[in-house]
Amino acid sequence: MNILVLLKQTFDTEEKIVLENGKVSEEGVEFVINPYDEYAVEEAIKIKEELGGEVTTISLGPDRFESAIRTALAMGVDKAILVDDPDVFGDEYTAAKVLTEVIKDQTYDLILAGYVAVDDASGQVPQRIADMLNIPIISTAVKIEIDGSNITVHRDVEGDTEILEAPLPVIITSQQGLNDPRYPSLPGIMKAKKKPLDRLSADDIGVSPDEVKAKTEVIETFLPPKKEAGRILSGEISDQGRELVQLLRSEAKVI
Amino acid sequence: MVNFELTKEQKMIKDMVRKFAESEVAPIAEHIDKTAEFPMDTFKKMGELGLLGIPFPEKYGGSGGDTLSYIIVVEEIGRACGSTGLSYAAAVSLGASPIYYYGTEEQKQTYLIPLASGKALGSFGLTEPNAGSDAGSTRTKAVLDGDHYTINGEKIFITNAGYSKTIIVTAVTGKNERGRNIISAFIVPSDTLGVKITSNYEKMGVRGSNTSSIYLENVRVPKENILGDPKKGFKQFLYTLDGGRISIAALSVGIAQAAFEAAINYAKERVQFGHTLSSYQSIQFKLADMAMQIELARNMVYKAAWLKDNGRPFTLESAIAKLYASEAAFYISNQAIQIHGGNGYMREYHVERYLRDAKLMEIGEGTSEIQRMVIARQLGL
Repeated sequence: MNILVLLKQTFDTEEKIVLENGKVSEEGVEFVINPYDEYAVEEAIKIKEELGGEVTTISLGPDRFESAIRTALAMGVDKAILVDDPDVFGDEYTAAKVLTEVIKDQTYDLILAGYVAVDDASGQVPQRIADMLNIPIISTAVKIEIDGSNITVHRDVEGDTEILEAPLPVIITSQQGLNDPRYPSLPGIMKAKKKPLDRLSADDIGVSPDEVKAKTEVIETFLPPKKEAGRILSGEISDQGRELVQLLRSEAKVI
Repeated sequence: MVNFELTKEQKMIKDMVRKFAESEVAPIAEHIDKTAEFPMDTFKKMGELGLLGIPFPEKYGGSGGDTLSYIIVVEEIGRACGSTGLSYAAAVSLGASPIYYYGTEEQKQTYLIPLASGKALGSFGLTEPNAGSDAGSTRTKAVLDGDHYTINGEKIFITNAGYSKTIIVTAVTGKNERGRNIISAFIVPSDTLGVKITSNYEKMGVRGSNTSSIYLENVRVPKENILGDPKKGFKQFLYTLDGGRISIAALSVGIAQAAFEAAINYAKERVQFGHTLSSYQSIQFKLADMAMQIELARNMVYKAAWLKDNGRPFTLESAIAKLYASEAAFYISNQAIQIHGGNGYMREYHVERYLRDAKLMEIGEGTSEIQRMVIARQLGL
């Protein structure tokens, strides 16, 4: 069973977001494996340990991605591919297109990914790739069972569980609860530096920056308004209710 | 020339251990302090992660890391729990390291592999009722009798001995031409007939770390169990202790870091006289001193570890690191309590535990006074 894992590096979820010249500042920020991708990495390693095969992570991003990739290698991933060519950085369309080109050169039975990245939270890339590769996708998996060339996935649907089956190959995205990612062990960390990490450019994967150019444009980046102090209404409950409705209409303008 | 950057592996180890310590070690720190229960489960998990074998080669069950990586782990575990940090440092620096430094190939195969791979713990029996740093006064005796040594004596304050598979025991084997005791070291499996281990101490701090007395009554071990050069037991454990001091220094930095973080967070939140404590210069100065001392201590610890990794002498630097870091840890945890005021005196806020744990750092593996003696001797005094 050859498994590909789409891996993105994101801000540590505890980092404070600071804007500088209209952009999110990366100054002094700690980066981690996107937590949902970490479930995908763990699941891939677990499947490999049970059924054999090889796990490869595929990433698109700047050089700093290496630390997240090395962590995945230390957890037990076998090899990694990083497209670190800024000419092919863009939006979700760009990412899907570039990653699809990389995937086409690989042999795989299963592709795993996080269902969303915690930074821009678009949750589009795996779906777009599935479409481009013309293979099925099952999102927000909380349990995966493989039986021969069939796969059964329990997926989270807003708190309920839906059970789906699909033939391989298939893309599955992971939801929290799929597993408990392991810590990379010390021998794993020491071995990670010897595992292959291929860095590819636009040329290497045979795409021209023009053909994968972003289809969207960021107009403005801004922080959500600061939360103001709340107000506690007083008086009779029925009066409070009336006042609340009125405030929601006249002040908050939400109804 | 000088590079203060950790390697990628060292950074990764630090991240991994911080995560591990925050989710697996810190949550039970208060419990093991209160109950004095040894956290065996934690040690199993640390063993599985390869933490107990960091500075040993893979062929002996280790992870093939360096001293600096090991030191980083001691600090991170100590930041979460002083007790666990102490038992961890003792298991690696004192229990396993001497076998790696001085053991024969066969001894390494038999005794180091289980320790380095985290399947068992080891401990180091040096201190006696009348001999600790004054090792010349050791009374435990080993007498060669055919192809066995017979050991008799008593060891006290031995970290982890109650949970150890092997104990390295120092004993007098004769006298040299100047009439001084010749001290040798022996590997004694703790289930050997005549070995009695009791763990009855009621300690002030590091209460979750096991501390035991060992009684050796006609304990017979094969003469192959002598560790290293029979005549150089003394020199060997001085080197072992030099290494151990770096780890106690790192543990001190970990405790100090925890106390500092608690203090600065509390100072930012606690409002008195209409302002947060952190807005008062008196508190700012305390926090500035604490930060300064941690930075200095950590740099010294890293330097000592670097010297050891590069095969340079490190006796002076490890004594300076241990002395400075342990006194800093005590000062910093004391100030952390002070900043917390009445709350700091209560268990609930953890800082009182940091102070009790930090006190041991000024005593264990050579008191502050012994460190000053070591430094003075290195200065040629």
